[in-house]
Amino acid sequence: MKRFGVGFALVLSLSLILASLSAPTGATAADKTILIGFTASKTGKLNVEATRQINGLNLWVEQVNKAGGIKLPDGTKIKVETKYYDDESNKDRVQELYTRLISSDKADFLISPYSSGLADAAAVIAQQYKKIMIATGASSDSTYKKGYTLVYMTYTPASRYLTGAVDLLLKLDPKAKKIAIIHENDKFSTDVVNGLKQYAEGKGIQVPLFEGYDSGTTDFAPFINKIPAGSDGVMGGGHFADTTTFARQLYEKKVATKMIALLVAPPEPKFAELGEACIGVVGSSQWEPVAKYSPEAAKKENVEWFGVTVPEFLKLYEAKYGKEEPSYHSAGGYAAGLILQKAIETAGSIDTEKVKDAIDKEDMYTFYGRIKFNTGKLHGLQEGHEMIYIQWQKDKQGKPEKVAVYPPAAATGSAFLLPAR
Amino acid sequence: MIRPGNGRVHLGEEFIVFSQLSASVIDGLLIGFVYGIAAMGLSLIWGVMRVINLAHGATMALGMFCIYLLFTEVGVNPYLGLLLVVVLALIFGFIIYMAALHRVIQAGYLYTLLATFAVNMIIIGIGTTVFSTSPRNVDFSLGSIDLGPIILQGTRLLAAAASVVITAALYLFLYFTRPGKSIRAVSDNRAAAELMGIPSSQVLALSFGLGTMLAAVAGGLTSTFFPFTILSGSTYQLKSFVICVLGGLGHPLGALFGGLILGGLEGIVPIFMPVSWVPVVEFGLFVLVLVVRPTGLMGAK
Repeated sequence: MKRFGVGFALVLSLSLILASLSAPTGATAADKTILIGFTASKTGKLNVEATRQINGLNLWVEQVNKAGGIKLPDGTKIKVETKYYDDESNKDRVQELYTRLISSDKADFLISPYSSGLADAAAVIAQQYKKIMIATGASSDSTYKKGYTLVYMTYTPASRYLTGAVDLLLKLDPKAKKIAIIHENDKFSTDVVNGLKQYAEGKGIQVPLFEGYDSGTTDFAPFINKIPAGSDGVMGGGHFADTTTFARQLYEKKVATKMIALLVAPPEPKFAELGEACIGVVGSSQWEPVAKYSPEAAKKENVEWFGVTVPEFLKLYEAKYGKEEPSYHSAGGYAAGLILQKAIETAGSIDTEKVKDAIDKEDMYTFYGRIKFNTGKLHGLQEGHEMIYIQWQKDKQGKPEKVAVYPPAAATGSAFLLPAR
Repeated sequence: MIRPGNGRVHLGEEFIVFSQLSASVIDGLLIGFVYGIAAMGLSLIWGVMRVINLAHGATMALGMFCIYLLFTEVGVNPYLGLLLVVVLALIFGFIIYMAALHRVIQAGYLYTLLATFAVNMIIIGIGTTVFSTSPRNVDFSLGSIDLGPIILQGTRLLAAAASVVITAALYLFLYFTRPGKSIRAVSDNRAAAELMGIPSSQVLALSFGLGTMLAAVAGGLTSTFFPFTILSGSTYQLKSFVICVLGGLGHPLGALFGGLILGGLEGIVPIFMPVSWVPVVEFGLFVLVLVVRPTGLMGAK
């Protein structure tokens, strides 16, 4: 009995503390507060990327609240609060925690955890409990084939991860007619290259070699030896370690091709450690700090601009997080906030149905690029956003330098075809 | 995966297939030499000591890290570094023998197997703590040699050459020096060798040292062209077992021969089917040899 009493007192005091923490502080009567719930992989293998994503999101929250909140057309200002838990990079935890965010914490809107797998797990819960979830840090197409109506995607889907490389190749060499695709045998990379193959064939390009390698592969010679002579491009790859090795061995084996476009690794600054072997390699990234999206460029395309500009974002981010340059994960976190903010402003309400309609109608440029969603069969799938294609080139001192080369709206330089080597 | 109908091999493209095949086979054979000396170490330890050395792969990984650290931290040329690796690995082998094997060497296969497995786990445990499991790379290139459609990487060529030299040196040592002859004597008949006044413990320690050295050198050579982690040794250890069976356990030259067969297969198979079939073919051959000719293609000693 005594134990029960102590336990009861503990629970009571804990809930009092929690209540006092979550009570809106300093909000005037007319103002409202919304709660945005999410989980973050504070521990586990996705920790680094997830932390950057949350940094981006938190920066958006800070900016919104600094401006007094999200301004509705009727003058009401809506402050933003967040509530998050550590999901330990674990799917089961994600589902438990999103249920908790919705039922006990009464979150109004949700942001997804980082990674396709975790976001997919959270999407089920969001849809079940009729809450809008903005998915960021997740690029799998399959989440949007399940008939969800309230889940929206910030990233360019995997199926379009490398398709721009085909466009770029055709732009530089309209006569290009065959590419070899060598890819890691995991879900993400396979999704990407299936999309890539379909797209390339649709453009009249043959894919005579289409083969996957195991995730731990270190010897790419058997694959490289199979690349058909006269291939205009070699595309594929997978994750950082294997793709870097692949790029190195392509260089050492002097593969004669016009373009090498690989997944994931090229945008990483560490890729430059390849030295000569990285020169000319094209990669795609959801976003890059060198991106040239601007209100002026948006105007040219007759699309509305929303939120901060790229230089403003860089400045704010570096001011808040020190010397760390924002990665696309951070930009995706911030952009997820913008999607919600714009929709709430347009809807003039925080009602789920009204906000959903507003997101469906969104078509805007932000510092992160264009944002527009599929409202048909693949509801929520990102359709506006384009990958940024970078190419490693030599700067004036002959050192590797990352240049954004495609699409034109983001390019800071022009791409070149690999010389015969 | 190759989809049917993608027409990779057309009639009239024999030349392309031929040049692809020769490039691939040569690449495979060059690696085969290195597989060969790794397997030779395993084979030597088995032949002389009747010990299945499960720390072989971990020792290879240590060889890789040795070259890596010498190259990136001190700036030593990887091939000069190999000389140091030879000495260090020999000493390391003695230490493992004295610490883990000497007392259980008479106790039967299972005990020595477990002892070397424990050493394996210790090396991997410490290695993971110190180096983590993120991939490392010895960023060293000797350029490539261009022979028409065939492009040979300098590092692979030199690794193959080094393997040949090491094999020759091992043979000269085993057949023309006193300690080498003692090793062969103990391998043939340990009791008789002891009666002839050969200090068998020292010979066993030396054999283990040599086997360890071969593993570490093979690791060191591999590190010049493939990235690696502390866990990378296990793949090569598995290949070493297959090679030993192909070449005949306890038959060092057979190991080199087996290495070349395996390397050659790794070159030929991918040209005609997806690369993921390579292990299927390799282990299929492994089982086949075990069933049809359990003494290995060269015959056991």
